[in-house]
Amino acid sequence: MGDHTMRAYDAELERLAQAITRMGGLAESQLDQAIGALVRRDSDLAARVVASDHQIDELEHEVQNLTVRLLALRQPMAIDLRAIVAALRISSDLERIGDYAANVAKRALVLNRIPMVEPVGAIPRMGRVVAEIIREVLDAYVENDADKALAAWRRDEEVDEMHTSLFRELITYMMEDPRNITACTHLMFIAKNIERIGDHATNVAETIHFQVRGTPIVGERPKADAIAPPPEAEEEIP
Amino acid sequence: MNVASKPALDQATLDDRRLAKVSARDVDVFYGAKQALKSVSIDIRPNEVTALIGPSGCGKSTFLRCLNRMNDLIESCRVAGSIWLDGEDIYTSGLDPVQLRARVGMVFQKPNPFPKTIYDNVAYGPRIHGLARSRAELDEIVMTSLEKAGLIDEVKDRLQEQGTGLSGGQQQRLCIARAIAVSPEVILMDEPCSALDPIATAKVEELIDELRQRFTIVIVTHSMQQAARVSQRTGFFHLGELVECGETEQIFTNPRHKLTQGYITGRFG
Ligand SMILES: Nc1ncnc2c1ncn2[C@@H]1O[C@H](COP(=O)(O)OP(=O)(O)O)[C@@H](O)[C@H]1O
Ligand SMILES: [Mg+2]
Repeated sequence: MGDHTMRAYDAELERLAQAITRMGGLAESQLDQAIGALVRRDSDLAARVVASDHQIDELEHEVQNLTVRLLALRQPMAIDLRAIVAALRISSDLERIGDYAANVAKRALVLNRIPMVEPVGAIPRMGRVVAEIIREVLDAYVENDADKALAAWRRDEEVDEMHTSLFRELITYMMEDPRNITACTHLMFIAKNIERIGDHATNVAETIHFQVRGTPIVGERPKADAIAPPPEAEEEIP
Repeated sequence: MNVASKPALDQATLDDRRLAKVSARDVDVFYGAKQALKSVSIDIRPNEVTALIGPSGCGKSTFLRCLNRMNDLIESCRVAGSIWLDGEDIYTSGLDPVQLRARVGMVFQKPNPFPKTIYDNVAYGPRIHGLARSRAELDEIVMTSLEKAGLIDEVKDRLQEQGTGLSGGQQQRLCIARAIAVSPEVILMDEPCSALDPIATAKVEELIDELRQRFTIVIVTHSMQQAARVSQRTGFFHLGELVECGETEQIFTNPRHKLTQGYITGRFG
């Protein structure tokens, strides 16, 4: 919504929204390409994904600078205030999504040097769902659509289920043939990274809901069953 | 969009209006044939700061003046509806308007100290209302009023100097001291900081927050930031109507009416 008496204010808010949209587009394409690099065993592509991560970081800085400037100069209220706070939160979620996508690419570089294992097929399925959720969330952002954000938010359950079943599948492979262990361990971390990306996408959905409606999403997403993967193993890949 | 165009007034009134400090119902105000307020209903809760905001000419000052019958002093003005103070109708109960104005004090936009000494400015009301039986008692009232108004340290050695010689911010706090001196229950403030610099404004705002312990305060302000800083509840007026009223935090983070949203985000047109 434009129409501020100060047109420069509208222009700054618009710039902020555009920076977020660009960040979101980049994050989504980083995930797509990281998974492509894994499936096609394309190390050049994986390396490009790793090298591109800084672009998202730079956009995050731009969002931070714009936000501070808007808060200081415009004393935003109501919908504007929520949009600015939301941009700050969303940018940090998107930055994390970028990091996880780069992690997936780094694992792909390692995996491309050892023989392929079968369950690799379940990874792109999960990746596609998460990429779709990101797209839906970004649409919701661009369209200011809280219902769309809510619908995307609900889909995180799918991701959790896929992650759980992938985890079981990988365990089975490892038990069958210990030679699979190295590859499957990498895949497990990749699956975890993608699952985390899904969590950050749902954070973004929650933030959009708050931005548009001024209220948090109420109610809990149903959580996965008991034989779930271990909690966060936040790992750094050298 | 979540904002609606129907009035968001379910928070404006209490179920039992007797629990309000000041309660207005269906208040219409006319200046001659021109209607300045249309069916305003709002309950002002005790020991809260209620801010009234809205574009110029929307009726904020008119409403404020209804609460201590200052509109009686305007020839063409006619007030309908009911306004209660502590459950008593201030227009029909036979309450003396002079007594009423001692209970419901007012601080104006431009500091307007009398051309008297600082001491006499504060002592003026207590003298008129016979609140002190001795000079010592009057001294006591003057000093505590200046203290409550946060002015005592700045003026204690110059009580016999002219009030008009003080700085703008000090003059406004002197006017607050003068209003406090008659021990009012409610203090009405009509843009009390609009003639003050930011530091003087900050002092008055801090004072308002302290006064809330003892008094009920209704403040009209053009500064949204000021309303956000000092008040617990905010009412938004537009073209003589109360459009939305609620907790200040809600009004400034998530207003429910599109006119409120337009006004506070600077999109009014
Ligand atoms: N003494 C008066 N005589 C005639 N009209 C008045 C008088 N005071 C205010 N009005 C009119 O009543 C409306 C509300 O004015 P006011 O209460 O001063 O608004 P606000 O304080 O919100 O700026 C305006 O249209 C104004 O012109
Ligand atoms: Mg006024």
